[in-house]
Amino acid sequence: MKLNAVTGLVAALVLAGTAYAETAPADVVWVDDVQIPESLTGAPGNAEAGVAVVSSRAQGNCVACHEFTALPDVQFQGNIGPALDGVGSRWSEAELRGIIVDAKHMFPDTRMPSFYRVDGFIRPGDAFTGRAADPATFGPLLTAQQIEDTLAYLMTLTE
Amino acid sequence: AALWSGAALADPDLTADLVIDGELHIVTRAPSDDIITPNLPERYSGWLFRSEDTRAMEMDDFENPAMIAVEAGAELWTTVDGTAGQSCQDCHGDAEESMRGVRAMMPHVNEDGVLWSMENYVNNCRTERMGAEAWRWSGDEMTSMTSFLSLQSRGMPVAVQIDGPAAPYWEQGREMYYTRYGQLELSCANCHEDSTGQMIRADHLSQGQISGFPTYRLKNAGIVSVHNRFRGCIRDTRAETFAEGSDEFRALELYVASRGIGLGVEGVSVRP
Ligand code: HEC
Ligand code: HEC
Ligand code: HEC
Repeated sequence: MKLNAVTGLVAALVLAGTAYAETAPADVVWVDDVQIPESLTGAPGNAEAGVAVVSSRAQGNCVACHEFTALPDVQFQGNIGPALDGVGSRWSEAELRGIIVDAKHMFPDTRMPSFYRVDGFIRPGDAFTGRAADPATFGPLLTAQQIEDTLAYLMTLTE
Repeated sequence: AALWSGAALADPDLTADLVIDGELHIVTRAPSDDIITPNLPERYSGWLFRSEDTRAMEMDDFENPAMIAVEAGAELWTTVDGTAGQSCQDCHGDAEESMRGVRAMMPHVNEDGVLWSMENYVNNCRTERMGAEAWRWSGDEMTSMTSFLSLQSRGMPVAVQIDGPAAPYWEQGREMYYTRYGQLELSCANCHEDSTGQMIRADHLSQGQISGFPTYRLKNAGIVSVHNRFRGCIRDTRAETFAEGSDEFRALELYVASRGIGLGVEGVSVRP
């Protein structure tokens, strides 16, 4: 009995630990090459924060290429990609996470950028300065948390 | 590519005519061909993709803000500079005659087999012939001069040479055009060929032609050179850009110019 309680406590600590340990871009686990079933943060994202990611220039700027009818206040939505209305019904959560992390798995030659990848680029720059990226500080376009928040928001788009 | 699939509002008016001061008609649609632009249905000037207001500014030289640069360039043409005590005009005479057609052929391979842009020719005359200092690639003097020189070819069809000694440069430029640079991994073609007519945020994508250059950009309130525009587009892919005047940008300039063969030189265009 006592032993069980201790084991339970240890298990709880380990769980809490994984909740903080984000999955790094290189460690993302793909299933069938297009799905990522596991949360990158170990926890569900926040859909409200996801709205900011998709609509802000400084974050995901998804609206540069996609329209969201549900966000009429966001000005200048592009149409390079399909409108994302109803996208939460078209794809599973694991597929959507895969598309946001690296859309080239699902759509090989797509114009959509890879938001959670850090290698394989030609002349990567230091953000929008035009200068070369510093390999020591170069990171993915979005953080694990931003990916999960975006996903949480897209899952609400069911029609 | 889903051409013109965007909202009706975003569709360019492909039937609009570019006529300057009610007199000079400029070709804004030219036939495509299978060698240079196999993926384009037709070649379109960037002018067709702009709003009615911006298009109107280019149709009237009194309204066209680039004309101030053209005037400054005309003044520089006759200004003596450098140790040889000469002006451009002393050697070239009336620019209307001597420089007619020059812009339509730029960039082209020089006597030594090197591909040069207009800026290189101008600076070569300054440093080698006039004993004057080179101008900065996108500095005020240079952009004024290239604006003035471009105007002398206004309305003439772009006619760059892409074979013979120009061929390896052209190949290099084509290679670059299809390279997906930067962290966003977007090539020139991804935006200007695959997405022509579509909206990227507030911008209406054209074919990225340079027949209108140099251009007066309202956003910059000044003249923008071809290489400056290239630098901005590559920077926007979160990439390390190339330098203005670099071998890479001159090769890219030749390739992009060739994609607009047949379009009229706009002299100095107006863009948002
Ligand atoms: C530079 C353009 C671009 C940007 C920026 C972009 N996308 Fe995309 N996206 C596309 C294109 C193009 C497609 C269509 C897929 C293809 O290429 O076949 C697409 C497809 C998708 C799909 C599948 C759509 C469907 O209806 O089936 C989702 C989901 C998606 N994008 C989400 C996002 C999110 C989230 C962001 C921002 C974090 C984003 N995209 C940013 C271009 C972009
Ligand atoms: C991320 C998208 C994107 C990429 C990639 C891109 N451009 Fe652009 N480019 C634009 C936008 C937006 C404009 C302004 C609207 C327009 O004319 O298309 C523009 C404008 C231009 C213009 C001015 C056209 C005119 O009529 O004034 C030229 C020239 C040009 N681009 C060339 C290039 C070249 C060459 C490359 C590759 C090195 C490139 N672009 C890559 C987005 C892009
Ligand atoms: C001392 C004589 C001299 C002066 C001064 C001079 N040039 Fe030249 N320029 C030449 C010669 C010679 C050539 C090469 C032959 C030719 O193309 O006319 C040339 C070529 C050029 C070309 C290339 C023409 C082409 O067909 O490709 C341009 C452009 C040009 N000059 C512009 C200028 C400008 C602008 C100035 C003043 C800032 C200037 N030149 C001053 C003698 C001169």
